[in-house]
Amino acid sequence: MEHGHGENGGHVVSYGTFVGVWLALLMLTALTVAVSGVDLKRLSVLTALAVACIKTSLVLGIFMHLKYEDRIFKVMFLVVVVTLAIFIGLTFTDTTLAR
Amino acid sequence: MAVDVAGRPHALPDYLNHRAAYSGILSWVLSTDHKRIGVMYLVSQLAFFLVGVGLGFVMRLEMLTPGPTVISNPAVYNAIFTVHGVIMIFLFVIPGLIASFGNFFLPIMIGAKDVAFPFLNLLSWWLFIIGAFVAIASLFTGGLPDTGWTFYVPYSIQTNTNTTLALFGVFILGFSSILTGLNFVTTVHQMRAPGMRWGRMPLFVWAIYATSWIQILATPILGITLLLVMLERMLGIGVFDPARGGDPVLYQHLFWIYSHPAVYIMILPGMGAISEIIPTFARRTIFGYKFIAGSSLAIALFGSLVWAHHMFTAGIGERAAVIFSLLTFLVAVPSAIKVFNWVSTLYRGSIELRPPMLFALAFIFLFSIGGFTGLMQGALALDIHLHDTYFVVAHFHYVMFGGTGFALFGALHYWFPKMFGRMYNEKVATIAWALMFVGFNVLYFTMLLMGWLGMPRRYYDYLPQYQSWHVVATVGSWILIAGVLLMLGNLLVALKRGEKAPDNPWGGVTPEWSTSSPPPVENFEKTPTFTGGPYDFPTEVAR
Amino acid sequence: MNHTATTGGGAQAALREVEHHFDYTGRKLGMWLFLFTELLLFGGLFVAYAIYRHVNFADFHTAAKDLDLVLGTVNTVILLTSSLTMALSITAMQKGNRRLAVWLVALTVLCGLAFLVIKYFEWTAKISHGIYPASPELMKLPQGEVRFFGLYYAMTGLHGLHVIIGMVLLTVMAVVIARKPFRVHSFRVEDAEEPLAGARPAIVDAGGRPLWKGGVIDENVEHLSVVVRLKPGPETIHPSDYVSLENAGLYWHLVDIIWIFLFPLFYLIT
Repeated sequence: MEHGHGENGGHVVSYGTFVGVWLALLMLTALTVAVSGVDLKRLSVLTALAVACIKTSLVLGIFMHLKYEDRIFKVMFLVVVVTLAIFIGLTFTDTTLAR
Repeated sequence: MAVDVAGRPHALPDYLNHRAAYSGILSWVLSTDHKRIGVMYLVSQLAFFLVGVGLGFVMRLEMLTPGPTVISNPAVYNAIFTVHGVIMIFLFVIPGLIASFGNFFLPIMIGAKDVAFPFLNLLSWWLFIIGAFVAIASLFTGGLPDTGWTFYVPYSIQTNTNTTLALFGVFILGFSSILTGLNFVTTVHQMRAPGMRWGRMPLFVWAIYATSWIQILATPILGITLLLVMLERMLGIGVFDPARGGDPVLYQHLFWIYSHPAVYIMILPGMGAISEIIPTFARRTIFGYKFIAGSSLAIALFGSLVWAHHMFTAGIGERAAVIFSLLTFLVAVPSAIKVFNWVSTLYRGSIELRPPMLFALAFIFLFSIGGFTGLMQGALALDIHLHDTYFVVAHFHYVMFGGTGFALFGALHYWFPKMFGRMYNEKVATIAWALMFVGFNVLYFTMLLMGWLGMPRRYYDYLPQYQSWHVVATVGSWILIAGVLLMLGNLLVALKRGEKAPDNPWGGVTPEWSTSSPPPVENFEKTPTFTGGPYDFPTEVAR
Repeated sequence: MNHTATTGGGAQAALREVEHHFDYTGRKLGMWLFLFTELLLFGGLFVAYAIYRHVNFADFHTAAKDLDLVLGTVNTVILLTSSLTMALSITAMQKGNRRLAVWLVALTVLCGLAFLVIKYFEWTAKISHGIYPASPELMKLPQGEVRFFGLYYAMTGLHGLHVIIGMVLLTVMAVVIARKPFRVHSFRVEDAEEPLAGARPAIVDAGGRPLWKGGVIDENVEHLSVVVRLKPGPETIHPSDYVSLENAGLYWHLVDIIWIFLFPLFYLIT
């Protein structure tokens, strides 16, 4: 379905696109629940997080419209993600934590 | 009425005389005019500052002799330094120049009529006041919080004093800070007047922009950390409490993830003000505009990477200590770039030593000492010896008071005529400055030496060998306080009886000097268009 | 925008539209910045989770088995569906379909309620088994499990609080949309006193017959303004009509995203 444009710049996403994304999200949920039953040891965290990231990208990009916004929004979002990654990453350098 | 260069009265009433929807005090506390909000912040902050100074005065009196001097109960001393820290940090230095001068001048400096969200702006101020009162209420309802402003666990969980309320007050203050940051970032992106491209913005605006990002990104971490401590106290949640399996060092990590970037929230706007004052009083364009703008962003970035240098002796791992020590050395570089550029601006400038410039030059001197002593603590071996001594106390007073404090007072003397339409007595201001500069160094340089010799911080009692140092420091505090009171008194008198200020008393070239003193409600008689560089001075002095 | 008003006697006065400064991008930008602060607020909890999970890997694994995977999955589906209805409501508004938008927002709120009901059952079940902060039962468990449940209550509790806030926000938005006319245009009549003195304002039809007449304009009249409320319709829709709903929707989607991460980290690490 085409993406229309409302007056004065509000980009309109069609109903169909949203339903499609929702179906994808449900399938990803089913996938991640199914995979959690399989014992992948340390990899299980990574797969669960990876699927969560994909689901989040769909919600962010399409439901929240980020894909259609000006570039500055995406840059700012990236800054936030990097900031959080730094906070978690640098804290992890302290190996004496949480003995 | 404000007059222009030829002495003709301006067509529009200024913001102080504007007839608003409400009258009297309501026309201030319900105003969404960024200029009134800025003034309200300034007045509130200075009031809290004086309370903090009073507490400091009492602390220094107590330290005149070992053992009890004016305070008989050591727990009371603990409470006093806690409250002194909470008030000074959260109610004076963090809002600092950004809430006061940032609010007043950000829109004007980009040619806008107000900030992006004026109602949210007023809400920010109300949250500031409410948070302040909640935090202060904790002094009067149940025992005085005595954990230090850092609220370290497990003591902050176990202490019977009214810490939960104090934490909640700080939580509310955090909200205020976040909303201001959000407002300012949106304003800079969306509301620049025609021609005000990013590379033309005054450096104060760049500083505010960088600071606003830190406010947005770092403050929530403080929020959640304090919230968790409140939950621990009230519900026994057990995230940090070692008795319930928590890790107290994790608390310190989370606390400092905010509180280190917080010091850059404190200093960056101050540096921005210095970048405004120096070109004006050297009558030269700033040296290295791009580097100063860029270094503000670099400080915001690197400043978020160094927090564990507050924890070198807390028991963190060696690998982490080395990494954070290295990062701490790196963050000094962008600050140094600023200092080099300010000094280079002075070279071959036509320097006028008027009060704003005196404060700016003092800033460079005092901040440099603060910066160097910070670097010293970044060295792991030295920090083992210096941590939790008066060396640290002196270091942070050099950067927070000698740095942000003096920058704020410099900005106050620079922008006072613009904000209030009055000139002040420059002779008295200079004497006050001299008293402050001398008193400051007598007080805090002595502390550097005392700390080096082993005097611990937050101690009510001490060994007799430190007494003469303490006496010298206390006398320094009296000279400093005398200077502060003289300075503020001078400005207060000027509000009522100062000579009317012209639009541009100092010959500045940034946007605020092209409008009336004080400015009209919508800042400019008509929306300006900007051309040329941000600090283009004409070769002839035309004032 | 300028229009002219005519008097019966042919005298003219200018109609000037009262401009309302509206910055669509700015409004959205402000909301996104607020969302970033929420991300970092939860981010602090994720830091704690990451550290404790890393150290107490096995204990977290054991403790997670105590959580009900079915209920967790159902809740995930509920929130994802609520995000769908939320997004659909924006499209409905953009197409001028106010009724559909309100229904979809109401559905979103209902989903939120369903989520909270299930959460309530999950929590009460845990509490009845003696697993709650500082409980004697909990303290008997190994350190890693104590940490797991501490974080579980803190994180799902804070998330639940945000669900409640979102529901309140959306309920308010639904009421506002249902009751408010889409667009209000205000016009001030400039220089009304002289040319219009002694006249009466009137609304006339095509044939010149007055449909409505007002009072006489004399020295008691301070200013004359005309307020036009446009009825909703797909052609007259404007971003200022739906930006608040969009922003509320962004908040709701964020609540969904946080759950998208909480779900695997607490329920799927078995």
